[in-house]
Amino acid sequence: MFEDFIYVLTKYDVWLWRGFLLTAQLLVISVAFGTVLAIPLAVARVSKKVSIQAVPFAFIYMFRGTPLIGQLFMMYYGVGQLVANIDGIQDHWTWTYLRDPYWYCLLTFVLNTAAYVAEIMRGGIQNVPGGEIEAARACGMTPFTTYRRIIFPRMWQMIWPAYTNDVIFTLKATSLASTVTLIELTGAARKIVARTALPYEAFISAGLIYLIIVYVLTLGFKMIERYLRRSEKRKDKLPGKIKPMGV
Amino acid sequence: MFDLYGRGWQMLEGGFVTIQLCLSVLPFMIIIGLLGASAKLSSFRVLRVIGESYTVIIRGIPELLVILLIYFGGTIAIQNLAEWLSGEETRVDIPAFWSGVAALALVQGAFASEVFRAAMQSIPVGQIEAATACGMTPRQIFLRIKLPQLWRFALPGLNNLFQVLIKDTALISVVGVEEIMRKAAIGAGTEKAPFTFYLVAMLMFLAFTTISLFVFNRLEKRAARGIARA
Repeated sequence: MFEDFIYVLTKYDVWLWRGFLLTAQLLVISVAFGTVLAIPLAVARVSKKVSIQAVPFAFIYMFRGTPLIGQLFMMYYGVGQLVANIDGIQDHWTWTYLRDPYWYCLLTFVLNTAAYVAEIMRGGIQNVPGGEIEAARACGMTPFTTYRRIIFPRMWQMIWPAYTNDVIFTLKATSLASTVTLIELTGAARKIVARTALPYEAFISAGLIYLIIVYVLTLGFKMIERYLRRSEKRKDKLPGKIKPMGV
Repeated sequence: MFDLYGRGWQMLEGGFVTIQLCLSVLPFMIIIGLLGASAKLSSFRVLRVIGESYTVIIRGIPELLVILLIYFGGTIAIQNLAEWLSGEETRVDIPAFWSGVAALALVQGAFASEVFRAAMQSIPVGQIEAATACGMTPRQIFLRIKLPQLWRFALPGLNNLFQVLIKDTALISVVGVEEIMRKAAIGAGTEKAPFTFYLVAMLMFLAFTTISLFVFNRLEKRAARGIARA
């Protein structure tokens, strides 16, 4: 039993390592671009004008209401086919990229993450106390400055735990890239199973690597959370910790 | 209108299988969730550790990996067990459908146990104390005080989980269960029209999640009918 584990881990360590690298790459790019895209979506989503609200609402609704694997197939096979049918595209220099599942995967993950994060941000923005926004207005801040200096910092503080969850969700979502032939961590495990017929050893090894990634991510995000909540922390400790002046 | 190269019925059949999958997972998910929540709140340390590690592990592993592990690994495990029991070489195939149900129940059960734990903790302690003072046994307290209220506190969480469950059933297509995604893939392959078929599949899922959201919202209103006027 354990010999098989060691066999898988030593003989196929390169596959697992490459799989890990691709998984990490997909995760970082999806989360980074997804978050950037989510900000305008969330801001538009909380708008009072129905015409502005409608587009992000529909986008978020569609991406949250359908399975990611379906979105991925729709993008890779569906949109991929439409692209392939364009006249002369297959001789064009962009074809190398346009037929590569990697880009379709990334695009799907970025859009999906954006939809989920935007929904989280919407909740955060709406929970910023109205008094703070009024105070900012009263100080003469423009709406843009209010967002930059009041609403966004408060929002990040509030949504951080949910955001952490969503990053872990995205990590797990990257495993779907293996269904469109990308060899990320799950893909590597499937390849090892196909080669060795040792499903337990391969899948559990991959599972352990995922757990390690989640552990490291959780630790890192906890540290950032502490930084984000630094102002509250101090307030909590005030009565007990700080000695009265002059003592 | 719903012709789809003569495959409209196939897609509807797929939709039916998806519904079957969801409804098959649901009872197991609730049972595992209740057991997990009780384990986490137990006064025995061992049970707490088991309950906690179960959620931590499942939370960190992709659903797809669990499905693959149970589908490929489960067959071997049951085959070994059958060989050990019967003493001769046997060939066992667990149907992909049930291995998928098992995998999703395992995954969703972990999340459900979090939901139920939170729900159990939101029951006011005073009520439990009152029940104890009335001389109820722990069993009675669970059945008469905790369980009826658990439902109300857990519904919003379960609503969320059921949405996730509907979407996760699509992953079972990977091991060949002919639900919506698989049917769409077959249609897309044979008719050379992936965009159309996947679009229809997505719309079907959107309809399912919307209906589930609607039903759960009604249930939530109903469960809160005694409280709403407060």
